[in-house]
Amino acid sequence: MSFLEYAPAPESTSVLKLKDAYGLFIDGEFVGGGGAAFDTISPATGRRIATVATADAGDIDRAVAAARRAYDGTWSRLSGRDRGKYLFRIARLVQERARELAVAESLDNGKPIKETRDFDIPTVAAWFFYYAGWADKLDHAGLGPAPRSLGVAAQVIPWNFPLMMLAWKIAPALAAGNTVVIKPAETTPLTALIFAEILQQADLPAGVVNIVTGAGETGAALVAHPGVDKVAFTGSTAVGKRIAQTIAGQGKKLTLELGGKGANIVFDDAPLEQAIEGIVNGIFFNQGQVCCAGSRLLVQESVHDEVVERLRERMRTLRVGDPLDKNTDVGAINSAEQLQRITALTEAGIAEGAEAWSPDCELPSEGFWFRPTLLTNVATSNTVARDEIFGPVLSILTFRTPAEAVAKANNSPYGLSAGIWSEKGSRTLALADKLKAGVIWSNTFNKFDPASPFGGYKESGYGREGGRQGIGAYLQAADAPAPARSQAALDAASGATTTARPAVKRAAKAVAKTVTKPAAKAAAKPAKTSTRKAAK
Amino acid sequence: MTLERAVAPAQRAVDILGGDVSESALKGYLEGLPGVDAVGLEQRAAGLGTRSIKTSSKAWALDRIIELIDLTTLEGADTPGKVRSLVAKALVPDASDLTTPRVAAVCVYGDMVPHAVEALGAAHGDPDQGLVSVAAVATAFPSGRASRAVKLADTRDAVAAGADEIDMVIDRGAFLSGRWGQVFDEIVAVKDACRKADGGYAHLKVILETGELNTYDNVRRASVLAILAGGDFIKTSTGKVSPAATLPVTLLMLETVRDWHRWTGEKIGVKPAGGIRTSKDAIKYLVTVAETLGEEWLVPHLFRYGASSLLNDVLLQRQKLTTGRYSGPSYVTID
Amino acid sequence: MTRLTVPKTYKLYLGGKFPRSESGRTYEVATPAGEFLANASLASRKDARDAVVAARGATGGWAGATAYNRGQVLYRVAEVLEGRHAQFVDEIVAQEGVSRAAATAQVDEAIDRWVWYAGWCDKYAQVAGNANPVAGPYFNISAPEPTGVVAVIAPQDSSLLGLVSAVAPALVTGNTVVVVASERFPLSAISLGEVLATSDVPGGVVNVLTGSPAEIAPWLASHQDVDALDLVGAGELDWPALEQAAAESVTRVSWPEQGPDAATPSIERIRAFTETKTVWHTKSLL
Repeated sequence: MSFLEYAPAPESTSVLKLKDAYGLFIDGEFVGGGGAAFDTISPATGRRIATVATADAGDIDRAVAAARRAYDGTWSRLSGRDRGKYLFRIARLVQERARELAVAESLDNGKPIKETRDFDIPTVAAWFFYYAGWADKLDHAGLGPAPRSLGVAAQVIPWNFPLMMLAWKIAPALAAGNTVVIKPAETTPLTALIFAEILQQADLPAGVVNIVTGAGETGAALVAHPGVDKVAFTGSTAVGKRIAQTIAGQGKKLTLELGGKGANIVFDDAPLEQAIEGIVNGIFFNQGQVCCAGSRLLVQESVHDEVVERLRERMRTLRVGDPLDKNTDVGAINSAEQLQRITALTEAGIAEGAEAWSPDCELPSEGFWFRPTLLTNVATSNTVARDEIFGPVLSILTFRTPAEAVAKANNSPYGLSAGIWSEKGSRTLALADKLKAGVIWSNTFNKFDPASPFGGYKESGYGREGGRQGIGAYLQAADAPAPARSQAALDAASGATTTARPAVKRAAKAVAKTVTKPAAKAAAKPAKTSTRKAAK
Repeated sequence: MTLERAVAPAQRAVDILGGDVSESALKGYLEGLPGVDAVGLEQRAAGLGTRSIKTSSKAWALDRIIELIDLTTLEGADTPGKVRSLVAKALVPDASDLTTPRVAAVCVYGDMVPHAVEALGAAHGDPDQGLVSVAAVATAFPSGRASRAVKLADTRDAVAAGADEIDMVIDRGAFLSGRWGQVFDEIVAVKDACRKADGGYAHLKVILETGELNTYDNVRRASVLAILAGGDFIKTSTGKVSPAATLPVTLLMLETVRDWHRWTGEKIGVKPAGGIRTSKDAIKYLVTVAETLGEEWLVPHLFRYGASSLLNDVLLQRQKLTTGRYSGPSYVTID
Repeated sequence: MTRLTVPKTYKLYLGGKFPRSESGRTYEVATPAGEFLANASLASRKDARDAVVAARGATGGWAGATAYNRGQVLYRVAEVLEGRHAQFVDEIVAQEGVSRAAATAQVDEAIDRWVWYAGWCDKYAQVAGNANPVAGPYFNISAPEPTGVVAVIAPQDSSLLGLVSAVAPALVTGNTVVVVASERFPLSAISLGEVLATSDVPGGVVNVLTGSPAEIAPWLASHQDVDALDLVGAGELDWPALEQAAAESVTRVSWPEQGPDAATPSIERIRAFTETKTVWHTKSLL
């Protein structure tokens, strides 16, 4: 026997008290859905875990109406202090049920228990703690005194960090005084539904958070709903563009966290051993299903061969397999569809001349699996150097000078993340200035913190989550005029009587006020905020 | 500047740096090593520390840990009687379970070597053959603050008394003030003093005293320096300075040894010493060796724990695995 | 005998030069009473394309300049504006048909706003950026950076003030601008171009198009190399369609504002055209 096999160390699933079927969480209660229920499966085995309801248009109407009632009746009237205390409660309950949530997340998503236990769930709790403290300090959020909440936030989140994405969305929204209708991803609804139980335990007023499950159609109906004031989406760039188009003219403030093709730049003076770890973490963390993954390795030509050799050596020690085994480093791919996409893109890369290498590891016979893969001999024009693969596949390119590194790193429609590995401070800082990316990790990678803003440039989206900037995405300045809305949007809003947005009235008033104001007089007081925008 | 030497430079250094092993050649080589990012190193070590070892792997690990221990007594109050007691424990760690393996070596001060050799008797020998060797600390251990003549005499004395392994300390003062050639020469000279009457050499473990070197870049450079000068093992600490062995420092030394193997094919040993007191900690080191260098490094001539209290904790865990009940300190012997 | 004046030819301002529209087209600019004032260039989609190329080319230098330097350059613009005060008043009176007092007030305010924004250059990052106390051994800082190329549909009801109010805030952090001037009052925009051209603003940092916003805006909105779209003066256009076109390349969009005082000065207006960049670096003594 090899010691390195360590013997199986499976996390017990006995902490899970799953129901066989889950409904929608609307107005504080679990209710049935109008759409066809679907099964959520374990990607590691392909087996069914539970049946989950699908919200149809009527359910979305009811959820938005519940959120509106809760906003008008309760949440917007509550003091920041009390909102904060609710969030603290939620944070503590998440900590208390951390083990259960970690197991459920691993089971439903396929990611290693090591990650859900040590990263996902602790980050969820941290996010609620951080924003709990903001709830009564909004005057300092950067929008001037007494900023206002926006109203009802529609939030659509992805499957790669199911509960963590939920926390990134819900915590700042509630802290700022908004109410929420959130749609978890179709393949990973489980932890959101357990989270609904936590909200009940926290005694959060009914309707403040509503959780509607379903597929893309459910999400599309939610963001398009005329009763919604704010939309926040994390997911693919293609869907993000569709959402932006759908809500154009509706005056909904929008935050988009979209795709990426992060450049991880390794100089010849890098702390090499840590760079190797950073590269491995950058692309194999969560099976590479990370929007900010360091999926494009840009390595200085002089150390290319050594880096590749060391990477291969390191990758041979990666344990691929049962997500619930505490020693698993790389788990299952989230879905058959995603596995197919990873496979197709990797094959396209090989067809274009890339050389693929994977460690010789055995994959389980059932479920969705993909070996950690290196692609060498990749040219900047290759598909695998441009398209987001969203899987454990690293494309390796080279550069010769810092200027070339910057040019290649920025040569992408995306701009979410980048890594720099060098011991030379002045060059690192200059490089960080020139990289068009929202998050830059220097001598580290894939680090997240509720205090640290996260989000992209260019087609990676706009708006930030985390930090002071993250709460700003759910607020407007006290004297901000209502957002501009097209006639069609105004008509739709007045038609949806149960969910009417009070902002409509403000909009009309704001316009009337500015029109009657003489230019010269207004000009004499250059202070008032009047810009509304989608981007922050 | 070429160094003036009493003995020829180590062949390894000649191979790497060319015939003229000058201070500036050493400096250039060591400063050209890749830097170490402390945060990344510590995170990697912490990650390796989270491995979960169960059942058959754990049983194997506990036995292997015992087989890799340098059972140590380094007190001013040491006596021949104390050393005999230590040797008895080394040979039969757990009288209640005679399947318990022996430790690799006993580690004592130079003047205690004859007593250790005598107590071991026929069991004295190569730990790779299941025997127990005698390691002696030398070179004015632990501070190393003595003239070179004294350090060499200290070494020769221990070797002559039958020590199979010499644990020397480097001159940290010289290292920290940049006199790397001096440190190098001293290791070369000590290695020379390790020559036994039969023409063979006592194994040389070079103690870097990483707690005093302080930075990881220093540890990396000192590790390579010690290897270049002819060390068979690099060892973290004397156990007299805090911090002694830590997982990140040991990981860094293992990585250095792995790089050396990659460059030259030569296998160097690593010995973390001081502060490893529990089985749980010791298993983390075992995992770190296995995942950095491979399982073939988990043998007495390539990896050791310098420890005294660790053995009893391993025995307690071992008893738990055997009997299914938790054991207590009354059920293991004090040495 | 009165002197025969030399009328000015109003051309476009692109890449620091004053070309005619590549289309050769012009349109008549008249007083509110319908008297002919001048022929302005009727910019085409290709002029818009050229303007974006010029703006993109200027981003590196303008964003890369020190904040102090950008502030100096913008302050210099205000100085030169002041020197041409009378000319702008004359143009506003002629175009808008307002009193000299109202025109003077507009020019005064335009210059003062420009100065207000100039002063923000080396302060904005301090106000909008921050150190982030993350739970780990990391240096972590967030700071705003320019979004890149900003296309602006200038407020349509004012000759100079709306234009200045829309262009200046984008320049503060280092964006470059392609602005479509007020269709009815384009002459001040080209005169502003002359001011910019003679006051150390690098060519391409501001590019002024005159003509029909309805014709040009869709091309700018759908242009993939435009990073942000300020629709402040697009209220009369089919702006939701412009917002949709912009979404195709995830362009940041600011919504229309109505009224003569659209684009009131605010720090929000600066923030609208910035990206928050967060940099992490490991921190250790060892």
